[in-house]
Amino acid sequence: MRLKAFSRLLFLATAMLMAGLASAEYQLNLKPAKTALGEAVYDLHTLVMIIITVIFIGVFGFMFYAIFKHRKSVGHQAAHFHENTTVEIVWTVIPVFILIGLAWPATKALLEMRDTSAPDMTIKVTGYQWKWGYEYLDDDVKFYSSLATPRDQIQGDAEKGEHYLLEVDKPLVVPVGKKVRILTTANDVLHAWYVPELAVKQDAIPGFIRDTWFQAEETGTFRGQCAELCGKEHGFMPIVVNVVSEDDYKIWVAEQKSAGGAAAYDPGKTYSVAELTSAGEAVYKAHCVACHQPNGSGMPPTFPALTGGMISTGPIANHLDIVLNGSKKNPMMAAFGAQLSDMEIAAVVTYERNALGNSLGDSLQPGEVAAARK
Amino acid sequence: MEAVHEHDHSHDHPTGLMRWVTTTNHKDIGTMYLWFSFAMFMVGGVMALIIRTELFQPGLQVVQPEFFNQMTTLHGLIMVFGAIMPAFVGFANWQIPMMIGAPDMAFPRMNNWSFWLLPPAGTLLVLSMFVPGGSAGVGWTMYAPLTVQQGMGMDLVIFAVHILGMSSIMGSINIVTTILNLRAPGMTMMKMPLFVWTWLITAYLLIAAMPVLAGAVTMTLTDRHFGTHFFNAAGGGDPVLFQHIFWFFGHPEVYIIAIPAFGVISQVIPAFSRKPLFGYASMVYATASIAILSFLVWAHHMYTVGMPVEAQLYYMFATMLIAVPTGVKVFNWVATMWKGSMTFETPMLFAIGFLFLFTLGGFTGLVLALTPVDVQLHDTYYVVAHFHYVMVAGALFSAFAGVYFWLPKWIGKMYDETLGKWHFWLSIIFFNLTFFVQHFLGLAGMPRRIPDYSLQFADFNMISSIGAFGFGLSQLLFLYILIKAIRSGEKAPEKPWDGADTLEWTHLPTPAPYHSFETPPTVK
Ligand SMILES: [Cu+2]
Repeated sequence: MRLKAFSRLLFLATAMLMAGLASAEYQLNLKPAKTALGEAVYDLHTLVMIIITVIFIGVFGFMFYAIFKHRKSVGHQAAHFHENTTVEIVWTVIPVFILIGLAWPATKALLEMRDTSAPDMTIKVTGYQWKWGYEYLDDDVKFYSSLATPRDQIQGDAEKGEHYLLEVDKPLVVPVGKKVRILTTANDVLHAWYVPELAVKQDAIPGFIRDTWFQAEETGTFRGQCAELCGKEHGFMPIVVNVVSEDDYKIWVAEQKSAGGAAAYDPGKTYSVAELTSAGEAVYKAHCVACHQPNGSGMPPTFPALTGGMISTGPIANHLDIVLNGSKKNPMMAAFGAQLSDMEIAAVVTYERNALGNSLGDSLQPGEVAAARK
Repeated sequence: MEAVHEHDHSHDHPTGLMRWVTTTNHKDIGTMYLWFSFAMFMVGGVMALIIRTELFQPGLQVVQPEFFNQMTTLHGLIMVFGAIMPAFVGFANWQIPMMIGAPDMAFPRMNNWSFWLLPPAGTLLVLSMFVPGGSAGVGWTMYAPLTVQQGMGMDLVIFAVHILGMSSIMGSINIVTTILNLRAPGMTMMKMPLFVWTWLITAYLLIAAMPVLAGAVTMTLTDRHFGTHFFNAAGGGDPVLFQHIFWFFGHPEVYIIAIPAFGVISQVIPAFSRKPLFGYASMVYATASIAILSFLVWAHHMYTVGMPVEAQLYYMFATMLIAVPTGVKVFNWVATMWKGSMTFETPMLFAIGFLFLFTLGGFTGLVLALTPVDVQLHDTYYVVAHFHYVMVAGALFSAFAGVYFWLPKWIGKMYDETLGKWHFWLSIIFFNLTFFVQHFLGLAGMPRRIPDYSLQFADFNMISSIGAFGFGLSQLLFLYILIKAIRSGEKAPEKPWDGADTLEWTHLPTPAPYHSFETPPTVK
């Protein structure tokens, strides 16, 4: 009878938990979609939930009725039937019709989901360990997007911000009301481009191109994450999509084209160590910090330390070579030649030799990087 | 003649450790399978708790991301291959010969070898954590090409999978042969207890599926070390090929785990309802059709790889179809309870818990079958919740039901009924606390296999972690109940369960003698 008291307690606890959930506005369902397709998915999910709830209540209503009425302790005698062809046929056939009823809207939504024809614009999305590369095929804009949350928030040394782990240095910007076709591919391992509110998830597969699409119906900022395990920083490669008005989008594209950022350089100029080092810091934070750590200590043995490291304090030519072409011994060190400009590579190599506790005083000019590319 | 016969069988086997190393007795081997499985369940459980500790709060507190990934990999592999599968092979070893009136398994020496392959494989899995670079941080699905980047821990995992596969295949050959050839006179196929039927079907699934997994990991191995490019597009391969091969094994694997669980439940529910199983023949056909369908739906795990839409439609329809035979099973179990004369000892409680929660897992399976919905939920915590309802509330609860049900027959002593009920209630409450909230996390978009998450997911993760610790601790109670029963349990009555009507209860004393059915019984 202790059990009976216990089950009463359990019921109370459940009721309180439910009340707590309701008052704290926990997210209990799919997030409201911002695209027409997303709404269709949302409705399909609601439909299947209604169906399974009804069946669940029906089946377990029977079961609990039996549990309370057909028990030995109330003196119920066991019947001896053990088959009934009619009943068995009925409960095989009825589910088939329910499933057909479900398959219809599901097929409609799926055909819609996979129809990537006639897009208004196309963006190529490349997954890297661990950042996203975006290339606007119609507008000739290209950039990388990596986690902007500072490492000390992750390590618990600083207060976590509102968009902890869901903020990037450069978000994807798209115009509202346009059909955006997304081509996905990857540079190293599998990734998946996933933005819940845009109802998009598409694996990014190295060596292959896959596609998906979305058409946002309102402006706003929508956040997602890489959804396919891609190594140690898998949890740290978010996606941020800014949906803006068409005019704002045009202004944004124009800005991207005029601002070369760290990519542009003056070929006639010799840059000082200080100039390169300060430009290199941003490149380091975007591309190197996940493995080699903010202070250059790395995570040996897989990710060597740069502070006092063999490469970063050895001959500068070797240093340039490993950044440009990757490591032959350690597959985790990617080749950054294709990802970074001459100026960015010059800056980050110089930064690594003159910051992070190193002070070699030498520097690499962008022209030398250009010459080292084959 | 008769006297000599009795003498040599019961007294000349080695004692102590060598008894267990050299034994060819199906009961000894069954016992070893079950204890091994419990030990691995504890190891995998500790890994789960490390995962849940890290996920208790946002931020990185306890482990580094690489180690976190190794934990998700090893937790999955150890629980699937080290805990759940051996547990049901343990049941098969103990029960199949007794239920069909056979003296032992068909190949007793191979039986010994099937078991003794497991400890080295388990050791390799655990050892992989201690080699340079640690174990494989790739998830239990081992998707290429991430596997190519890993250190030698990956190779140890691959070898472990090879060995586990060999063990499963040998065990399955043994089970098929035993069931087809050693049935007592009169025990026709359609008179076999449903547990035996489910294992016959499962053994065929294993024989068909395990070599496929072996192929997949071997291709991974040669891609890593011998210059092949099966999964490398630059060499003409395709990373998605791995997923097709893996899930061609992986989906039947789900049923390899679930079908023997169905078998246990189909013995327990009639016994405690004091009423024969409803729809025996349709249960057999439903199980067989689930097994066949399980080979035709594998790519529903891959809706986001970008298959042609026609293929997605096919996989969606085929997957939805599985709901029909699964529904038949659930309806049959409820109909068995209907108008019975039920009592609710611990095995029955776990069976009802199974029925309730496995059905929930089946329903979320139907949600995930719908491709457009799955695209939203794939690789999120919704999937994690779904398969834990199937694996834990399904397979594990049914294994608990089986242990409590057959323990009196195995050891001749009773477990503590009150503690058994506590074990059930604690397990089912903490299980739901852990996994029910994960549905919400998945719906809100939390990806699986991440060591850290954004603040919106904090509350449910904390609830889930608390539940996980409660669930883990509840299993120590199970260990205590077992030890208490073995050491000081009350003597079991000859037939503790009124409604149990299979041969081990009707034709053998309790506890079952070391050698049973040396002359086969006649089944009418
Ligand atoms: Cu990724």
